Amino acid sequence: MSAVANAVTAASASAGKIDPMEQFMVEPVLGRHMSLFGYDVSFTNSALFMVVVFVLLALFISGGLKRQLVPGRWQVAAEDAVSFIDNMVSVNIGAGGKKFAPYIFSLFYFILFANLVGVLPLSIVPGLHTFAVTSHITVTAILAFLSFGIVLAVGFWKHGFKFFTLFVPHGAPAWLMPVIIPVEFVSFMVRPFSLALRLFVAMTAGHILLEVFGSFVVQGFSAGGGLGSVVGILSFIMIIGVSALELLVCAIQAYVFALLTSLYLHDAVHLH
Amino acid sequence: MPQLSQIGEIYASQLFWLAIVFALIYFGIGKAMVPKIEKTVDDRNARIQGDIAAAEGARATALASERDYQAGLDSARSTATVAIAAAKTRVTASTEASLKTSDAAMAARIATATAQIESSKTAALAEIETATTDAVAQIVAKLSGVAVDRATIATRVKAELAHG
Repeated sequence: MSAVANAVTAASASAGKIDPMEQFMVEPVLGRHMSLFGYDVSFTNSALFMVVVFVLLALFISGGLKRQLVPGRWQVAAEDAVSFIDNMVSVNIGAGGKKFAPYIFSLFYFILFANLVGVLPLSIVPGLHTFAVTSHITVTAILAFLSFGIVLAVGFWKHGFKFFTLFVPHGAPAWLMPVIIPVEFVSFMVRPFSLALRLFVAMTAGHILLEVFGSFVVQGFSAGGGLGSVVGILSFIMIIGVSALELLVCAIQAYVFALLTSLYLHDAVHLH
Repeated sequence: MPQLSQIGEIYASQLFWLAIVFALIYFGIGKAMVPKIEKTVDDRNARIQGDIAAAEGARATALASERDYQAGLDSARSTATVAIAAAKTRVTASTEASLKTSDAAMAARIATATAQIESSKTAALAEIETATTDAVAQIVAKLSGVAVDRATIATRVKAELAHG
């Protein structure tokens, strides 16, 4: 965050020059580095926002622990949040999917809260800048490969080498197999990359867009004059629209990640 | 793009903290809080189902007792109809019987009275005959001074009376 504050100072110093990539910088909080077994495991702004996500999620879900027969609003919200995942799991994984519900739950709500925290307009407070954990390929890739690893583990655990029949679609003629099997294999192996890239790209693009239009607002108004004001106002209207779109994208990307993981788990549990 | 250019320096920290936070979320929320919330929801749904089933049962009981009530009412009504019909027949029969006995008594009395009238008539006729015979005998005796045999006069009178 201090880096962002520095960047803002630097930007305003250099006549409104704003780097839209600055927001993705990962810096140790308070500039302090930590290392473990020779690896740098500093508590960064990224880690800080992961913890923020955890705290917010824990607060939200703990509202569901009142366990009243006639629930209040908060309890209903938490119960609906849980039922939403249970529903997704039972519909998409089917029989034997119940035990994956905690994982899908953690995945969906971690991504959703990280996305939403990332677009909170807190930078209106000087020195405060939110950070979208999910706009980092390192984070999305870890989650994607975790999902992929669970799919592989469950598939081989349940079906052994029969799991490879996943690459042989039902009802396809035998002479097509030399084509279909490699295609299926490639599409299977691409899954973790598409999972990771989809979320990372969507969040990054949205944040760049917001930052670019934000810089247009700042530069337009600081340039002054009629044209500058018009640009500033138009960009501000644009930001409102893009923010609304971003809120939608936040939910959709979290949903897509969780839904695809459930569908992949369905393959692993049921083989087609 | 810092996400790519910084990978070398941040991947370990990202992995480390993500692992910790995700494990906290998975075990602290997903495994600990979520099952409790699921249980609350399931318990509530079960209770609602149970209440609905109990209400259905109560409704069925109410319907059954209503049906019993109607059936009781119907059977009581038909019993009453039967009893009324029986009473009616009984009354009619007894009326007929008493009518019959009184008719018979009446007929007997009429017959007695008729017989009495007949006997009185016969007696009166006989008296008239005797009186006529006496009168004829006296008239004959007075007018002609002839003493006519009483038996002859009686035969003549009887014949005249029979002529009308």
